[in-house]
Amino acid sequence: MNNLTYRTFKDKLFFYLICTLASLTVVPLFAIIWELIQKGYKQINWSFFTETAPSTLDAMLARSTGDIIPGGIANGILGTLLMVIIAAIIAIPTGILVGIHLSEHPKTKFSNITRFITDLIQGSPSIVIGIIAYTWVVKPLGSYSAFAGSVSLAIMMLPLIVRSTEETLKMLPGSLKEAGLALGASYTSVVLKILLPSAFGGLFTGILLAISRVMGETAPLMLTALGSTAINWDVLEPSSAVPLLIWEFYNDPNLIDMIWSSSLFLLLLVLTLNLIAKRIARKWKIQ
Amino acid sequence: MRDKIFKRILVGCCILILLVCAGMVYSLISGSLSAFQHYGFFNFICSSEWDPHPDREVYGALSFIVGTLLTSFLALLFCIPFSLPVALFTGAYFRGKKIATFISSIIDLLAGIPSIVYGLWGFYTFRPLIIELGLNSQGFGILTSSIILAIMIIPYASSLSGEFISMVPNELKEAAYSLGGTRLDVIRTVTLPNAGSGIFASYILALGRALGETMAVTMLIGNTNNLPTSLSDTGNTMASIIANQFGEADGLKLSSLIAIGLLLFGITAIINLIAKFIIKKFNG
Repeated sequence: MNNLTYRTFKDKLFFYLICTLASLTVVPLFAIIWELIQKGYKQINWSFFTETAPSTLDAMLARSTGDIIPGGIANGILGTLLMVIIAAIIAIPTGILVGIHLSEHPKTKFSNITRFITDLIQGSPSIVIGIIAYTWVVKPLGSYSAFAGSVSLAIMMLPLIVRSTEETLKMLPGSLKEAGLALGASYTSVVLKILLPSAFGGLFTGILLAISRVMGETAPLMLTALGSTAINWDVLEPSSAVPLLIWEFYNDPNLIDMIWSSSLFLLLLVLTLNLIAKRIARKWKIQ
Repeated sequence: MRDKIFKRILVGCCILILLVCAGMVYSLISGSLSAFQHYGFFNFICSSEWDPHPDREVYGALSFIVGTLLTSFLALLFCIPFSLPVALFTGAYFRGKKIATFISSIIDLLAGIPSIVYGLWGFYTFRPLIIELGLNSQGFGILTSSIILAIMIIPYASSLSGEFISMVPNELKEAAYSLGGTRLDVIRTVTLPNAGSGIFASYILALGRALGETMAVTMLIGNTNNLPTSLSDTGNTMASIIANQFGEADGLKLSSLIAIGLLLFGITAIINLIAKFIIKKFNG
């Protein structure tokens, strides 16, 4: 009997230990968000979104009088948007087409090799992809550019989109395709007009997750887009991005207040995209 | 006719991915060739000297390989006491309950936080803590970066291993309960051994993540080019030396940095392959 009490006690103890440790793990997320909000909310105003990053001197003057630092991160926001959009234009169609092929021919040798290579690219460190984009784009063109940044982001997005497309299409019932073919529709129209629209929710989730994943990437952009102080629409010129600006602010003690607001902005953007994607995924699964 | 073209396009896109990967390997190898030729492959890996002085120019990767492996394995070690409870919480104790979904979606959000934000948080919040505790006078170093790395890889380790834990067949667990086992007994003798190789694989995948992490480590490791000998030492990882020095590099130095990139690519590829192989075996 004594033995039984001891065992139940041990069981209870372990259970509470698991619950405590599991809930402790949640702490860093809230600690990070709380710290960013607390230190960053002051700087976020209208000019934060419309003006370019301030120079060190302006920031120093503002700090010495106790004002908030003038200026914003418009150059970074524009650069991030441009680069992510170009990366999406490159990666989304290619990724979806590859995903279709993998789900249509799941067991062939060619598909297995493609799947293996996709995993390999997905596992490769972002800084290595930065080196690749540097040798492919920056070196031949002779200058750092937003386009080179887009190429590195596109390589990172590609495997994510391939896998999410494949997983989504695999979940569709086979009868859907058969019904289309039985009605005399061509293979192409079955895939493009029946399979893809029915898989839309899943595809969209995958795309949003991939975008939110590359949006915060800093390392590959350091080797490709480099950064720029001005608002820049030319994709063949060096360009800034929000994470790149955070890195610059971090290296400049006068601009320290700007770190928090830009990080807060970046974090909210990424987490919102993440949450929207998960929400769509959940809704889509229920249907 | 149209179908044929469409199928060709599909195959063409797959070939494009293969070409991208082949191109990556080719560019890395051709970029690092001159460093390997100059120093010899094994010399490059086994030398811990990194002297960019223009008269000498000696580059070796050993300190960075050690730095990378040390931080990553420490991070793995630190993350186990948190990620395993999360996996048990979501996969065993509260499987399918609302609270499990809640916890796991919050942990998933941890994976969404950009690396540079972790770096900032580590620098401004966590580093002072390390100094205050007296673990390290400057707060930079192997220990600080491994702890932040550990937080970063918790979601990768816990979500997959939670899935494997929840996949353990109910009959097995019920059999153990019917023999009078407590929940702890069942977890210890049935769940964990059954999901063991899957859990192992998810930790290897998490290790692969840690190996390639750049920004957070660059901000916290102290960036010195020496061979780290203790936990409070500063150092550099393969990723952080590339991030720090790639911008101003040319010639032999550039080639050496690309060579380090090639090594990093190789190590992560092998780690990921091992994990995928185990998962494939586990799934039958």
